[in-house]
Formats: sequence, structure tokens, C-alpha cells
Amino acid sequence: MFQFVMRRVGMVIPTFIGVSLLTFSLIHLIPGDPVTVMGGERGFSAEQRAEVEAMLGLDKPLVQQYGLYVINILRGDLGISFVTKEPVMHEFLTLFPATIELSVFAAIFAILIGLPLGIIAAVKRGSVFDHTVMTASLAGYSMPIFWWGLLLILLMSVQLDITPVAGRIDALYWVDEVTGFMIIDAWLSGEEGAVGSALAHLFLPSIVLGTIPMAVIARMTRSSMLEVLGEDYIRTARAKGLSPTRVVMKHALRNALIPVVTVIGLQVGTLLGGAILTETIFAWPGIGKWLIEAIGRRDYPVVQGGLLMIACIIIVVNLLVDLTYGIINPRVRHSK
Amino acid sequence: MTQSNPTVQKPVTPLAEFWFYFRQNRGAVIGLAYVAFIVMMALLASLLAPHSPTEQFRDFILAPPAFSDGGSTQFLLGTDGVGRDILSRLMHGARLSLLIGLVIVLVSLVMGICLGLMAGYFGGVIDTAIMRISDILQSLPPLLLAIAIVAVLGPSILNAGLALSLVYLPHYTRLTRASVLAERNRDYVVASRVAGAHAWRLMFITILPNCLAPLIVQATLSFSNAILDMAALGFLGLGAQPPLPEWGTMLATAREYIQSAWWVVTFPGLAILSTVLAFNLMGDGLRDALDPKLKQ
Repeated sequence: MFQFVMRRVGMVIPTFIGVSLLTFSLIHLIPGDPVTVMGGERGFSAEQRAEVEAMLGLDKPLVQQYGLYVINILRGDLGISFVTKEPVMHEFLTLFPATIELSVFAAIFAILIGLPLGIIAAVKRGSVFDHTVMTASLAGYSMPIFWWGLLLILLMSVQLDITPVAGRIDALYWVDEVTGFMIIDAWLSGEEGAVGSALAHLFLPSIVLGTIPMAVIARMTRSSMLEVLGEDYIRTARAKGLSPTRVVMKHALRNALIPVVTVIGLQVGTLLGGAILTETIFAWPGIGKWLIEAIGRRDYPVVQGGLLMIACIIIVVNLLVDLTYGIINPRVRHSK
Repeated sequence: MTQSNPTVQKPVTPLAEFWFYFRQNRGAVIGLAYVAFIVMMALLASLLAPHSPTEQFRDFILAPPAFSDGGSTQFLLGTDGVGRDILSRLMHGARLSLLIGLVIVLVSLVMGICLGLMAGYFGGVIDTAIMRISDILQSLPPLLLAIAIVAVLGPSILNAGLALSLVYLPHYTRLTRASVLAERNRDYVVASRVAGAHAWRLMFITILPNCLAPLIVQATLSFSNAILDMAALGFLGLGAQPPLPEWGTMLATAREYIQSAWWVVTFPGLAILSTVLAFNLMGDGLRDALDPKLKQ
């Protein structure tokens, strides 16, 4: 087991180095002189220029620059934002809980809806229900989520006035930031209705962000269940006279879940990528919106740092999924 | 004694065989029909569109579509915030989306095939280098990587296309490499090598045609991704710039009318969804027909 873990961790290190090279080179790939581009239309005076160059370390040789960059990353220093003058790491950590909260709720939505749909579709293979689920999930998979969000706002907020349009909580409530997770903070604040308001604000964004993962999970669950339901041991279980529910939920589902868990793990990338669009639509103050705004303002340290952090999170989550897979399934652990 | 002529069985052409399998998937046929419809609309946009996509009818700002209250048949799907005909813009947008999608897929397909052939055929250091770079490119979500590249190059439809071609590259590289590894030591390749064929001939003429099936399937499926991601970039203001009638860009400007004019928001998204769905349906059918191994 230890060997397996070390081998998997070892495989990740080159990817980390590669990602750091990628984000490092971003700033050097800006066509023309990066400092001039950063100055924007107003431009820099000679002193400002020298200052910016020194701050970015652009006055040093390239190899040394990269070395410094990596050392700073390892120390948790991602540089200073051009616009807010705050450390990028600090901004990231402040905003990240909002994105986690949204992604977790989206994942819960995706699993809670996608898994049962997939199971029932597989059990009732070829039925109207099966066809409907499969068509709907293909549509969900093809969904431009930025439009889906607008459409839901149009329907739920504008027409029916059920859900709020944007933000994380009503301005009515004054909630102190303790954990950064609005649900928990609202609960801690003890104000009546604060948790309800936070949940209502989470409702539409979670659906929007969870739609594609839901479709993927439903499809994967269905095909995995179909495969397992054809196995001999399922026929044996049925022949023993076990109730259909027990055969499906206990005997089939357990084995069918293994590939589904992998797919759920892989959705982290989809969630973080989709968070950019979802947060933009719902004015959700998370890292996706932060990143897009930074690009608009040419705030390169934020762009670099944000991308690096997101990539690292995805790499780590994928690693964890791999390791879990190894724990569940010994064959994976011992194969090379 | 009467002897009936034995019915001569015509040999089945590969195309007929393909069509036989493809036809069995009803969704795929519907997808193909819709794709054909969109392609026709894109090709004939200048003839079919009732108005110019950029002409602003100042007297008809936010006119509702013909089938709702207060709509007129002059603007079938209504007009947008500056009085441009939405139907005409969607038709010209189809041209833009399909063209960009095609370019993105072709660029990444051709480059991916070359890199994958090199990695699979030569192996060793070349293989390791190409595959490690693919790993890195795949460690970020496609949209995020494209955003990063556009952030550097600056927002435009060309840069967005370039970014997406680069983002999709690893899929083709991997797929080609895997097929090449499977084919490389088959007898027909060895025979060809013994007969004196040089590396380039072996790679492109001997091996490549036998690796094409999964690549065609992947190309169709990533066509839909290309359209979707291009629209997302347009929506974020990083792709096509206004006043280009790109579907995603149209949605970005439609956001401010969400309270007042539902049609401005609804139709461009419907165009994206239906086109992407059609390509995905078609891709599924292609996979079943071309490559039974991939069938899940």
C-alpha cells in the first residue's frame, strides 16, 4: 500500500513542475513587453517601470526568475495583486470558501439526482423512463450553462419571483465572516431567517453548476449498472428469491458504484471550470469571478496565482481519487 | 427442370455498411439531419436571412417575436436592444460558430495526429516529452486553460480559436498514440518495414489509416465542445467581440434585458444547445457504427 501511494505521489510531481512552468511562462508570453501592457493606456513613468520590473523580478535572468518563482510558491507567496495591493494568496483564501460552498452544493445536487435516475433507468431499461432520462441527460451534457443560468433566473426569479437573482445572502442580514462558508456563518450569527436566505441564494447556482455533472453521473451510473446487472451473481441472487430491491440496491449497486465514484472525482475539474461561468452569472463572490475580473483588469499576479492554485487543487483531488480507488480495489493497487 | 438464378449478392461497400449501422440509431439520424439543416442555414445565411445581421432598426428596438403579443412578421424572432433582427443574427452566427468549430477541430486534429504518430512510433524521449506536456495541458479544465491563454494573447475570436485548438490537442495526441502503439508491431507494418518503407511512409500511409475510426468519433464530439466553449468564451467577453453575431457574445449583451425581453436571452442559447446536442447525438451514432469496441 505504501509503495502504491508513493508511486502515485511520485507521478504527480512532474505535473506540478509543468503547471508552475505554465503559469510562470504566462507573463512572458504576453506579446510585446509585459510591463508596457500592464501599464495600460496611461502607461508607466520610468521610475514606475523600474519598480514594476523589480517587483516582478523581470530584471533578472529567466532561469533565476523561475527559481525565485518556485521558491516563493513553496513559501505560499503568490505575489501582490496590482489592483488591490493585497497578497494574492490572501485574496484566494478569502474567496475560495464561497467557491467550495457552491461546488459542494452543486455536487450534492448532481449526485442526489443523477445517481437515482441512472439506477432506475438501468433497471427499467428500454422503458419510456429510460429514454426520457437518457435524452434529458444528453441535453444536460450539451447544455451551455451560462444560458441555462440566465434561463432559470428568467423563470424562477423574474417570472415567478421564488429565488433571489444574485449574491450569497440578503443585504438585510449582517453576518460576520467566521469560516467564509455563508451557511455556517449565517447559522453562527443566530439571526432568524439568515440560513434560509443563504440557502435560497445557493439554490439556482447549485442547479446550474450541477447540471453537467448530474448528466455525466446519470449516464455513467446507468451503463455501469447495466453491466453489473448482466453478471452471473446477480442471476444467482435473483434465483435465491431475494427481493428485486435488495438485489439492485445491495448486490448490484455496490459493484456498479466503483466507476461512478471515479467519475464523480473527475467532476471536480468540471465544477471549478464551470464555477467561472456560474459565478459570473450570479455575481457569486468566488475565485471564478475573481479570476475573470483579474483578466479584465490585466492583474497578472492574480491570474497566475489563481490558475496555479486551481490546477493544484485539481491535481490533488485526482490523486486522492486514484488513491481511494486503490483502497477500494486491490487489483489497481498491485498492477503497475 | 427450372433453375432459378442464384441471386447475385452485391458486395457491401464500406459506406453502405457504415450507413446500415448508423441508421439503426434513431437519435444519430435526427442529429445528422439537424446538423445538415444548420450547415445549410450557415451556407445560405446571406440569402435566407430576412435582414442584415448588423442593421439597426431604431424604430423597432426590442420588438417581440412574431408569435407573441405585439410581435410582427417583419421580425420573426424579435429584435435586440439596438433593433437588430435576432433571426438574421442567429443565421449568420451559425456560419461563424460552425466555421470556427471546424477550424479548431481541424487544427487540433492535424497537430494531434502528427504529435501522436511521433510519440507512438519513435517512443523514448520524444514520447515522454510529448506525453508529459499533454499531461500538463490536461491538468487544467479546458475552459480554464483557454481563458488563461486568451488572457495572455488578448480577447479576440482568432485568439480564442487558437487557445481552444491547443486545449483539445492532447485528446487527439493520446488517441493517436494509443492506436499507433497497438498497430506498430502488427504483421502488415512489419512487412512494410521489411519491404523498405521509410519512417514517414510507415507513419502516415501504413499505420495512420488504421487509426482513423476513433479519431473521427473524437473529432465529431469535440466539434460540439468547440462550439460550446467558444460560446462560453464569447459570453465572458474573451471570444468574438461585438458586434459580431456570435451566439455566446449575443448572450453576453442580452443579459441586461433579462427583466424586459425574454426572447433576446432565449433564442441564442437555444441555438447553441440544439446544435451541440445534434453533434453529440451524431457523435454517439458514429461511435457505434465506426468503432464497436468503444461502444459502452
